[in-house]
Parts: sequence; structure tokens; C-alpha cells
Amino acid sequence: MSKTNHSAARSRKRRQLADRLMSGLTMVCVAISVIPLVSILGYLIYKGAGAINWDFLTKLPAPVGASGGGMANSIVGTGIVVGLAVLIGVPIGVLAGVYLAEYGRQSRLGRSVRFFADVMQGIPSIVVGIVAYTLVVLPMQRFSAIAGAVALAMILIPFVCRTTEEALAATPHDLREAGLALGQPQWRVTLGIVMRAARNALVTGIMLAAARISGETAPLLFTALNNRFWHSGIDQPISTLTVQVYTYAIAPFDDWNAQAWSGALVLIAIIFVLNVVARTAARSKYVERS
Amino acid sequence: MTNRSFAHAVRTPPDRWSMQVTQAPAHAISVQGLHVYYGTVHALKGISLKIKTGQVTALIGPSGCGKSTFLRTLNRMNDLTEAVVAGSVFVLGENIYSPQVDVVELRRRVGMVFQTPNPFPKSIFENVVFGLRRQGIKDRRVLAEVAENSLKRAALWDEVKDRLHDSALTLSGGQQQRLCIARALALEPKVLLMDEPASALDPVATAKIEQLIMDLKGDYTIVIVTHNMQQAVRVSDETAFFLNGELIEMASTRTLFTQPADRRTEDYISGRFG
Repeated sequence: MSKTNHSAARSRKRRQLADRLMSGLTMVCVAISVIPLVSILGYLIYKGAGAINWDFLTKLPAPVGASGGGMANSIVGTGIVVGLAVLIGVPIGVLAGVYLAEYGRQSRLGRSVRFFADVMQGIPSIVVGIVAYTLVVLPMQRFSAIAGAVALAMILIPFVCRTTEEALAATPHDLREAGLALGQPQWRVTLGIVMRAARNALVTGIMLAAARISGETAPLLFTALNNRFWHSGIDQPISTLTVQVYTYAIAPFDDWNAQAWSGALVLIAIIFVLNVVARTAARSKYVERS
Repeated sequence: MTNRSFAHAVRTPPDRWSMQVTQAPAHAISVQGLHVYYGTVHALKGISLKIKTGQVTALIGPSGCGKSTFLRTLNRMNDLTEAVVAGSVFVLGENIYSPQVDVVELRRRVGMVFQTPNPFPKSIFENVVFGLRRQGIKDRRVLAEVAENSLKRAALWDEVKDRLHDSALTLSGGQQQRLCIARALALEPKVLLMDEPASALDPVATAKIEQLIMDLKGDYTIVIVTHNMQQAVRVSDETAFFLNGELIEMASTRTLFTQPADRRTEDYISGRFG
């Protein structure tokens, strides 16, 4: 009797030790994965916050050699290019996702679209840039905001397509049945019930996709190019924060390097805001079904 | 359909015609030799039965006997699961599996209530008028009136009249189920199909649903699938017993439960299996 008690106590001790070891290990891994994030943010603020002032946010870049100046054109340019990409990509991506979730769930076409969307998400963005260069820049004989937007849309579409599909697939099947049983045609059930119910997840997916493409540099290098001045139309080269940061970071001037840090900080701030908005603003009055 | 009844009217004497219009046919649903297959599964094997207008008909039987499948053939919800259907199904005088039938229109006249309450993530009011809005009815007064009437008929009005614009998901399970009934009634169906409407509810909510079914009887032809035999006895006029995809017996509820004609019916209702 006492012997079994003894061994039970010992096995319990071993169990507790293993438990403590595992939770300790996970804590260490959390710390390791958070440290780079925190240090990048901290270093960005340390290096970049100094040069951020009203001029930086509202003025054009200063001529080489002159001091001061800002990145106003790049901030606006990022907004324009990303906005255009969202305009082009979101309708295509969302509708493709609707097809995958509601119509082509098991079909051969659906399966291959899903597969290619997944592959597309992994394509290096520089390749997307080359494709957009061939498709848009070469025929137009000009670098342009629209070429940059097409490149970014190509990255956005598979992302939005898959998040849309997942959002719709996650809505309960009995909502669809309820709609159909009330004499609603399939398209109305999809539009009026399923997409409504999944609205939050759809908006979140789109915002995250926008945040993701805001940080792309490679696809813009030879599509939108860059511009030291305000853009003169979406069919003309345009400056974006990422390309401007890239340009200033590799320049041999100290004040340009400092401004590159500030530009990077502004970019991170924009992406941060997009993420926060994506996760909070879209909350509906009618909470999702539990 | 309209063309056919018009031609019919021309050929028959006026007095007979007017009689047919004023008096609903004795059977709202008439099924002949119905077979349903899901892939290789033969789910229903030659079902023939008639369901009386304005009465409550209960479908009982062990799980997997095909009673839900049968219910779902009556408004063609089986179309979603790619079921293959053979035989004839007449609902309100129309062969609903003929190619000319408008499924959307059929489902407006044959309402359905599901096992788990499934209100839309919208307000109570919007849930009830959902079908009407999609029909293009915009007049606020009409919508409010239909909502009130439907909620009253579903015995929910007094509980929700002060919070019509709250989310339907704030209601209790039993209230949600009555809301789903109100939502179906708003389209003024003639037939109401109920697939175990109380199986997810507590006894009090179940009693309310059963009371509601008895109140609605007469105005609607109700077909209810239930696992609960006491429930079948309480609410239904006729009962059909299904087993392994076959209709074993159909009779008035009293007869079926007191003097079943078939041995298997007797075994089932006395709890020997299923």
C-alpha cells in the first residue's frame, strides 16, 4: 500500500516537472520571437523619430545638398498606389473567393483555382514586379502608378480570395438553408446572408491584405518607379514610401539616411493603424453566432 | 400552372369550378412511388402517402429511417445535397419535380423550420421581414404590420415587442425557434415543414412550440418530423412510421399508437428498438 503511494507521488512529481519544463520552454520561445519585433520597433523609433516633424510629413524632398524637406509625396503616393491596388484587386479576389466557397467547393476548377491561389501567395514579389512590367509598363512605354497598382493587386488577389473563402466557409451552413427555405435564390442567400454574416471577417481580410501590400518594395521598383515631386497623374511615375526609403537608405548622404529611418517609421505606423482598424472598426452590432 | 387551371376552368361547368376554388383540396401533399438516392445510398424506397390539408402529420421512425429526407423532398431542399429523386410529389396540386417548377416560388409557399434555431445575425424585425424585403416590399407600414402579425401568430410578440431592433441572437433558444417560425409565416405559406423543431429546446420551450403547432393547425398544413413519440401523440392528427427508407404504416395518430397494424410499428412505439 505505502509502496504504491510512494510510486504515485513520484510519478506525480515527474509529471509536474515535465509540465513546468514545457511551459518554461514555450515562454522562452515566445520571448525569442517577440525580441526581434520589439527591437526593430525600438530601433526604428530611436533612429527615425528624431527626423519626423511637420515638414517631413508635408514637404517634398529637398534637392541634393539642401537640408530639410520631407516625404509628403511618398506618403500620398503609397496611399494612391495601395488604394488603386485595392480597387482593382478586392472585387476580383472577393468574387473568386465566393466562387470557391459557395459554388466550386468540390469542383475540379475550384480545386485548381484554390491550388493556384496558394501558389501565388508564395511567389517572390520581384517576380510579380517583372510580370507587371511586361504587362503594363512595356505597352504603355512608361512607368506609372497604375503599373505599380497592378503589381500590388496581383499580390493582393490570392490573399483576399483565400481569406474570403475561409470567411464564407466558416459561416454556419444552417444560415444558407434558412435563406433558401425562405424562397431566396442562391445568389441572394450568398449576398444578403452569408456575406453579411461574414462581413467582419471579410473586412479584416481586406485590411490585412492592404497592410501587407503597403510594405512591398520590389514590385514597385520598376513599375511605379519613383518621383521626387508630386505625381502628375496615375499614368505617370509616382513615389511610394517603400521605394523612397530604399532610395534614401542606400544614398551616400547622412541626412537622407536619417530620413529613410523616419520614412520606415511612418510606414510601420501606417501598417500598424491598418491592422488595428482591421481588428476593431468592423465589429457589427449583431455579434457573430456563438 | 396558371395556364393549366385556366384551360381546366374553360372545360368544366362554372359551378364545379367555383367549388374547387373556394374549397381547398382534401390533400395538400400527395406522394406516389417516391425513391430518393444519395449516390449509392437508397434513402427512400417507394414512398406513397397523402397528407391532409390543415392537419398536423407527424413523421416518426428511428434515426436514418429517411423521415428527414422525406421532409426535405417536399420543398426540394434535397436539391442542395445532390439527391436523385424519382416518383411524383404533388404539393398544393403541383408536381414539384417537374422541370417548369420555380423552386424559389415553391419554397415561399412551403415554409420550413429546422432542428436548431437559425435566425440571421440581424435584428428581430429584420429577421421576420427578410423574405418580404427580398420580394421588393419597401413600405414600412406593410412591413411593420406583417412583422407584428407574424410574431403574434408565432406567440412571440409580447416577449419581443419592446425590442424589435435588438439582435435576434440575444433571444433564448426557444424564442429563436419561434422567431424562425414567425419568419416562415411572414411569407404566408400554405404548408409548414418542421424538422424536429423542439429537439434542441428545454421542456418549457418545447411545450410552447407544441402549443403553437396546435394553434397553427387548420390555417396551415403542418408536417413535423419528431423523435419524441409523446410529442407526436400530443400534436398530430396523423402519424406515419418510417423504417429503413420505407413507409411501414400511416394512420390516424390515435390508431397508430393504440392499434398499430404492423408488428414493427408496435415494436418501435413500445420502445423495443430505435
